[in-house]
Amino acid sequence: MTKSTPRKRFKLSVVVDHAVLIIGSIFMIAPVLMLLQMTTMPDLINMKTGPILMIGDQLDDNFYKAMFKADGFSGANTGMRMLWNSMLLGLGFAAGKIILGMMAAYAIVYFRMRFATFAFWIIFTTLLLPLEVRILPSYEIVQRLGMLNTYQGLIIPLIASATATFFFRQYFRSIPEELVEAARIDGAGPFKFFVDILVPLSKTMIAAMFIIMFVYGWNQYLWPTMITTEENMFTLVRGIKQITQALEGTNLPEYGRANMLALIAILPPVLIVIFFQSWFVKGLTESDK
Amino acid sequence: MAQVSLSHISKTYPNGFVAVQPASFDIPDGEFVVLVGPSGCGKSSMLRMIAGLEDISGGDLHIGDRLVNDLDPADRDIAMVFQNYALYPHMTVRKNMGYGLKNRKIGQAEIDRKVTEASALLNLDDYLDRKPSQLSGGQRQRVAMGRAIVRDPALFLFDEPLSNLDAKLRNQMRIEIKALQRRLGVTAVYVTHDQVEAMTMADRIIVMNAGRIEQIGTPSEVYNRPATTFVASFMGAPPMNLMDGHIDEGQTCVGSLPLAPAHTQTNGTVTVGIRPEDIVPDANGPLSIDVTLVEELGAHRLLHGTMGGQEISVHVGKDSPITTGEMRVSLKPNAISLFDSDTGMRIA
Repeated sequence: MTKSTPRKRFKLSVVVDHAVLIIGSIFMIAPVLMLLQMTTMPDLINMKTGPILMIGDQLDDNFYKAMFKADGFSGANTGMRMLWNSMLLGLGFAAGKIILGMMAAYAIVYFRMRFATFAFWIIFTTLLLPLEVRILPSYEIVQRLGMLNTYQGLIIPLIASATATFFFRQYFRSIPEELVEAARIDGAGPFKFFVDILVPLSKTMIAAMFIIMFVYGWNQYLWPTMITTEENMFTLVRGIKQITQALEGTNLPEYGRANMLALIAILPPVLIVIFFQSWFVKGLTESDK
Repeated sequence: MAQVSLSHISKTYPNGFVAVQPASFDIPDGEFVVLVGPSGCGKSSMLRMIAGLEDISGGDLHIGDRLVNDLDPADRDIAMVFQNYALYPHMTVRKNMGYGLKNRKIGQAEIDRKVTEASALLNLDDYLDRKPSQLSGGQRQRVAMGRAIVRDPALFLFDEPLSNLDAKLRNQMRIEIKALQRRLGVTAVYVTHDQVEAMTMADRIIVMNAGRIEQIGTPSEVYNRPATTFVASFMGAPPMNLMDGHIDEGQTCVGSLPLAPAHTQTNGTVTVGIRPEDIVPDANGPLSIDVTLVEELGAHRLLHGTMGGQEISVHVGKDSPITTGEMRVSLKPNAISLFDSDTGMRIA
């Protein structure tokens, strides 16, 4: 009797928890399913009826168009090309932020610099100055350096990261002082300590940062739109817009193709999160050193 | 292996706090020296200055015949064992032990040979490919020892290496460390706040308090002839009984109670120190103690009470009667230490 009551209550809470989670996931996944449905229909039906409860036969056709067809004048902005550009932007963005953030945090935490704390807070306050605020000067600098329509121009201005610096700083500060001293006695100089000890110790943190930053970079819209005007430099997120804009004159907007591209654009961040999620959780919560 | 010599070594922190007042002593080759004192007494600062982890504010430090004041820790030919082991968590035991050698650009074959040798010495053969997180506290401590041994240092430094272990393991590791140091013949400086560790392991003990060295001596000198009241109360559990007394016509007195002839002729107030075990129950003894509390410790008993109005503890064997109330006692010969009641310095 005394045992069964709390167990029952526990079960009820499980049911409620699951109900909340299931309803939540339906809300999240319904638009994606809608996109998926529309990619299977001819554009004319999509135009006439919008999404309906029916699966058509246009999936592979739309996939082919999404990946290999290009608009515009040069014919360079195929889905493949844009996927590649997005991938480079995501990877470069994440790698750059991690490397720079780690090195900045290393300098702030481990070197006896005057104004180290002050420097850190200066870096930290840049969180208040997102790209959108400084986009004109940033654009001008990139333009003057002749980096418009280049990967450097796309990536480099974005890689200074207060967030990554902050996380790595907190992480480094939690590494015991004795470890640093043991390394000094073992003859590891500043460079060796960083490479042999700090980087391997931080790998879960690096993985967590990588996920966040990759998704963040992948989803960049405004900056690529400004920096890239040549079609072979378009990223996916920017390229989708191009297709839905075709509702002019007698052209039929290619909903199927655009939606397929949108799905393709969602996929890599999702896969990365799925495959790295255990690392992600470890990196942000674990403190086993 | 080398002699270590400190002359007028001191440590002042940038905020003006003097952690170590100028201290000079020599450690002969192969000696095991224990720095002991309460926390904040400067013993760790002293060790860290020898290691090179802290700058030396003043004085000269020689290891062997080299002046090492301005050398990096890695160049001082030392090895250090830390309180929290400070093993590299991402490296296997093998790599942990070999890392310092690798940084010294020693060949892999030579590193392997040394690591194998050290692990055999420390019974770590079966654990070489494990990570530190897969080892017990005692094993981790052994790895830390191994990391020190493979370097063939001139000097071992230990910073409270046993304080994270449980009591049983601590006793065992105490013996292991001491035996190992004997066997390797390497000079060692060991820091602890535990006076039992200091007594059992040291060839010589350096007792520190408030940044000053109170006494340097063998364990038996420090225990039997403490140089100051601080040493008397710090070394030994229970500590030496310290009572206000005076010298009167060649007699040491506590209150109005004459204890024994004094070794000094000067009349005046003194602090009288008597080790609890130097007081022996004796039905015909000249002194009487009013026992108020008995602590049963198995192998022996501790009696707490008053003598001449001042608190006193007596350490007796397990066969002695347990009674509160009046007990007649006598003192062993040379039981009494006398300290200047103002400075706390030993008089006789």
